[in-house]
Amino acid sequence: MHKHSRRLLRGIGLVCALALGATACGGSDDEGSGPKSVSESDVRAALEKGGSLTVWAWEPTLKQVAADFQKEHPNVKVNLVNAGTGNDQYKALQNAMSAKKGVPDVAQVEYYAMGQYALTKQLTDLEGFGADELADRYSPGPWNGVKAGGEGIYGLPMDSGPMALFYNKKVFDKHKIKVPTTWDEYVDAARALHKADPKVYITNDAGDAGFTTSLLWQSGSRPYQVDGTEVGIDFTDRGAKTYTDTWQKLLDEKLVAPVTSWSDEWYKGLGDGTIATLATGAWMPANLASGVKDAAGDWRVAPLPQWEAGGKASAENGGSALTLPELGGNEALAYAFVEYANAGKGVDTRVEGGAFPATTEQLNSEEFQNTEFPYFGGQQANKIFAESAANVADDWSYLPYQVYANSIFNDTVGKAYVSGTTLADGLKSWQEASVEYGDEQGFTVEK
Amino acid sequence: MTTLQPPAAAEPRPAPPPAGRDRRSWTGWGFIGPFVAVFALVFLAPIAYSLYLSLFRDQLIGGTTFVGLDNYEQALRDDRFWAALGRVSLFLCVQVPVMLGIALLVALALDSGRLYGRNFFRVSIFLPYAVPAVVATLMWSFMYGTRFGLVGDLGDAFGLSLPDPLSPDLVLASIGNIVTWEFVGYNMLIFYSALRVVPHSLYEAAEIDGAGQIRVVTAIKLPAIRGALVIATIFSIIGSFQLFNEPSVMQKLAPNAITTDYTPNYYTYSLSFSGQQHNYSATVAIVMGLITMVIAYVVQLRGMRKGA
Repeated sequence: MHKHSRRLLRGIGLVCALALGATACGGSDDEGSGPKSVSESDVRAALEKGGSLTVWAWEPTLKQVAADFQKEHPNVKVNLVNAGTGNDQYKALQNAMSAKKGVPDVAQVEYYAMGQYALTKQLTDLEGFGADELADRYSPGPWNGVKAGGEGIYGLPMDSGPMALFYNKKVFDKHKIKVPTTWDEYVDAARALHKADPKVYITNDAGDAGFTTSLLWQSGSRPYQVDGTEVGIDFTDRGAKTYTDTWQKLLDEKLVAPVTSWSDEWYKGLGDGTIATLATGAWMPANLASGVKDAAGDWRVAPLPQWEAGGKASAENGGSALTLPELGGNEALAYAFVEYANAGKGVDTRVEGGAFPATTEQLNSEEFQNTEFPYFGGQQANKIFAESAANVADDWSYLPYQVYANSIFNDTVGKAYVSGTTLADGLKSWQEASVEYGDEQGFTVEK
Repeated sequence: MTTLQPPAAAEPRPAPPPAGRDRRSWTGWGFIGPFVAVFALVFLAPIAYSLYLSLFRDQLIGGTTFVGLDNYEQALRDDRFWAALGRVSLFLCVQVPVMLGIALLVALALDSGRLYGRNFFRVSIFLPYAVPAVVATLMWSFMYGTRFGLVGDLGDAFGLSLPDPLSPDLVLASIGNIVTWEFVGYNMLIFYSALRVVPHSLYEAAEIDGAGQIRVVTAIKLPAIRGALVIATIFSIIGSFQLFNEPSVMQKLAPNAITTDYTPNYYTYSLSFSGQQHNYSATVAIVMGLITMVIAYVVQLRGMRKGA
């Protein structure tokens, strides 16, 4: 019985064995050489000379960028590899880094996951490459993201996810309910919608670490304080209390659908109007257009509801950068590609492909702002996204081990969604578990 | 148990080889060599490596250090590990008897010869075993859905509000249901084949003595398949302790009900792949392996002793 699980476990053992074996053999032989630097002429020489470049990324618009880049520099060959999305790729990347073998020259890493790689010096600091001069080209949220709570610049921002409220206008019109501009109004709208039609929920929420941390970000809460290896975790500040007080009402009155995002049920709910709004990142439109075709024309975009009436606060949800792993090779060439894709011509190509840029030039361009989205009934949604991007507070930081912390979110805060535990208590146990892990991993954790 | 007796001492010993000990024949090793090589590579080496790993600790800050038995001490005090073990033990105590009971009943029914379409039943009950566990779990999870799944449809059809099979209170029972569905056929086949080799003369003798069907079952059939029962129980114990596929697939659908430390195996997986705690993960796996071995061995000893 359960042959599969045994085989799987043995496989895992082997993978771990390989990964750790390599770590044990490695030691610290190539540290302490100081920050690298590559000048513009180095980059030009590398492009002239050519060579091949391995890029790990799942961002679909990069395919065209890679093709254009090769056309412009015929001596360069770009191998674009999809090594998995998000967490799957990080596992592969971590294994390659531990084995010191097969590490790509360029890797896509989400902002929330960068801390761990930056801290352990597994990503190249691009300050000496001239990346510091690009600071004003990006909106504040993503730029803060690539600094990853440290001193260096560990990548160039590729896309960003300034938040907005996507809502099903048809449902709101049908029940004559006003689109909420504050979270208090949001709770009222949730009550009104659910009362008018018990099948309709204002949104779905089954416990999602990325969503919760984004709302905390917007509320002004700063639960994570990171200074190198010193970490502070506190979910009891005023912003966090504002969030839990409001969101607890939605949970207590069962006003949010207990549906996990990206599930079949979720797509169905978005299509048939039983999930009426989504507060999420500006990368959502492409997903709606491809995944919820039935509801084309029903949905619209509004600014993210505020914690204080008249406020303009926003936050990031998702978004990623292209980075240069320390153990990858070919730095000059790799940087040339990253700069082309994320600061040069590649940005326009990606915007055309439907990506949401991190560069202010594109965000503020008239063409971009005036783009009409057929899916949103011709609404110029980018105007709302761009304004949101400009209003993201840039002093937020994630934990240097946020990937792990997020993986245990449902073990702890998840209890608030299925039992009598309150959100505040759930966050408290998340805090405790995160502190414990930090201690075990050798961080100095302030309790 | 009766085993072959070693040759009696009275038998004359063959003369020792003339040229002394180094004339030992290696032919036997030649035959088992390929097996031993593969066995050592894929079985012994990973275990040895896990043991080696379990003596170290790798930290994000500070790197790898030798910690002796600290990891074991931590595992023995780890509430999450013991809670997971408690959960699979509860699963074992409830699900395994139910599953083996059903499998036994079906095997006896098939063997009684009173069933029409015996072959059809045998194959159709065995069929779920051929469905990969991941597929089976996905399929059942969709049925469990209270909004769009079978449970939801039934609720709508009869105007009931059925309890959510994916809620924290019921999810273990829901997993038990899936596992039972998957493995009844497999266990049935073990029992059925054991029943097929019972000599028919015993049944004829019983009939002459005037024994009824129930008496035949309790006095002939069950004692005859005791060995098979013990084997199936041991397999099921190991399977329960190694529960992984079902919770790991369902975790995506019920993330708040199934924690990342839901079963010992899932816990080691999470430690290793989310937490980068390969060393501690290896330790937990070794501790769990030892516990499983001890329990399986005890069951085997008890089962076999009564059988002798």
